[in-house]
Amino acid sequence: MPPKSDTDLTLLPAHVLHEKILRGETTSSEITARIFENIERRDRKLKAYLLLMRDEAFRTAEEVDRNVKAGGRIPPLAGIPLALKDNLCVTGTETTCSSKILKGFIAPYDATVVERLRAAGSVFVGKTNLDEFAMGSSTENSAFGPTHNPWDISRAPGGSSGGSAAAVTAGEAILALGSDTGGSIRQPAAFCGIVGLKPTYGRVSRYGLVAFASSLDQIGPLTRDVTDCALLMNVIGGHDPRDSTSAEVECPDFTQSLRTDVKGLRIGVPREYFQEGIDPEVVESIKTAVRVLEDLGAERVDISLPHYGYALAVYYIVAPAEASSNLARYDGVKYGFRYPERDNLIEMYAKTKSAGFGPEVKRRIMLGTFALSSGYYDAYYLKAQKVRTLIKNDFEKAFEHCDLVVTPTAPTPAFKLGEKVDDPLQMYLSDVFTLSVNLTGLPGMVVPCGLSSNRLPIGLQIIGRAFDEETLFRTAYTFEQNTDHHKQVPDFSKIETA
Amino acid sequence: MRITREVIEHVAKLSRLSFKEKELEGFISQLNEILQYVEKLNELDTSDVPPTSHMFFTKTPMREDRVREEPSPIDRILENAPQREDNFFIVPRVIE
Repeated sequence: MPPKSDTDLTLLPAHVLHEKILRGETTSSEITARIFENIERRDRKLKAYLLLMRDEAFRTAEEVDRNVKAGGRIPPLAGIPLALKDNLCVTGTETTCSSKILKGFIAPYDATVVERLRAAGSVFVGKTNLDEFAMGSSTENSAFGPTHNPWDISRAPGGSSGGSAAAVTAGEAILALGSDTGGSIRQPAAFCGIVGLKPTYGRVSRYGLVAFASSLDQIGPLTRDVTDCALLMNVIGGHDPRDSTSAEVECPDFTQSLRTDVKGLRIGVPREYFQEGIDPEVVESIKTAVRVLEDLGAERVDISLPHYGYALAVYYIVAPAEASSNLARYDGVKYGFRYPERDNLIEMYAKTKSAGFGPEVKRRIMLGTFALSSGYYDAYYLKAQKVRTLIKNDFEKAFEHCDLVVTPTAPTPAFKLGEKVDDPLQMYLSDVFTLSVNLTGLPGMVVPCGLSSNRLPIGLQIIGRAFDEETLFRTAYTFEQNTDHHKQVPDFSKIETA
Repeated sequence: MRITREVIEHVAKLSRLSFKEKELEGFISQLNEILQYVEKLNELDTSDVPPTSHMFFTKTPMREDRVREEPSPIDRILENAPQREDNFFIVPRVIE
């Protein structure tokens, strides 16, 4: 079916659609209808969504259209279809975290980000697929089956926010929210060729985000371009008294940072990030991106992050330790699934957890419980926390010499589904470049910076100082405005069903 | 250090997880592989390094202690209970 407007509305960024809505060239209802048509045609193969919120979506769209018609002012993201990762609570809507243990759980409240987006007129399309409890790098750990990469359906979209990334890429949403504990927004953004941001820890409220690892989790945007990312951050960022780790730091208007100017910015390139095991095409794309920024007036600085090689080991103690504690609450008493065991409470817990959690979640609960258990705590958990300090110090020292750090996002472009599922350590290694950013709490943004020879996207990761997303926006915007990488789209004919 | 079956069984008990024999075998080798990788942290001398648990944590924020006039969320919360009676969660008998 050809699109009804001249241009395919579903592939435009939100800020362009906003202008079109204001000029009366389209309506929120039309955009929403096109998005749901794409879902009908494409999602049987992609499986980005776990749940669609069609009725609510059209109700919101019609309300926005009425406001526009009545001459009212609408916020920048009003009427724009947005997908929510299924670990974000929406009142009255099932929130599963792609786990059997939460099947049937109806959220009794809105996450703060959902509440803010609702007030901004967002059209919620539905809930997207993820690795169970956001633990994974491919969405293959979902209890409801994997999501496929729109660029090549035999490949993973990345994870854990793979459903959100695939939806934005395939025109099944204009914007999406994901969460990032070790790279779960940035790696899928890179694999799908879109923009992703993990904000500074504390920048976005985690209230209503189902907890995985509480000292690492952050909610963030997945968008078509940098401008949309700034607009979405303007809605979701800022202090929230309902999250005790929410930072009481002023949240600027991020669109003010969207200017094409990197003159004098010092870009740190860590030598440790370009060692063995990285796909040569990824290395080439990142180096080219750095040259583009240098040509635009930025200054390249070679830096060293000597403890980079220990981040993965630290992460795989800290994150499972926090997860094992957070996931203790799924005991079959308060919500979700309960194994029908009537006689013994302890047995009921064990049978519920064993039947309700998938293998990766169990692996991490075991690993975390071990690292926190008596006799092993000092050797593993405490040791990991100390090395976490060394990693933090590395970045602090680096930022004395540069204003931002650029690195690859993942060692390779999207890998094949099934390629790493039986080898947990190999799967973990796909997050080797993104983890330190969570361990240090710093903000990290990913922008498309090229396609591989077999047409798979490659993403540039830009890391900034704490609460300095503005420099990330400025750099990413300058890069985007001087390149065409963000305009590339997959061949949709391959993912459409009649 | 190699983690023995005994330790794994103890951790499973602490985690309230039960495994079939084949699953347990798999976990023993996978957890050992991961922990072997993690051993590399011991290359670093951290005797004088303080631990980091949170990056920017300063103090626990306090809120005013006051009664809020809003409808009780009890029903909305209990709607998700696998088994309930009145305002209670029902669980298997705990005390004989």
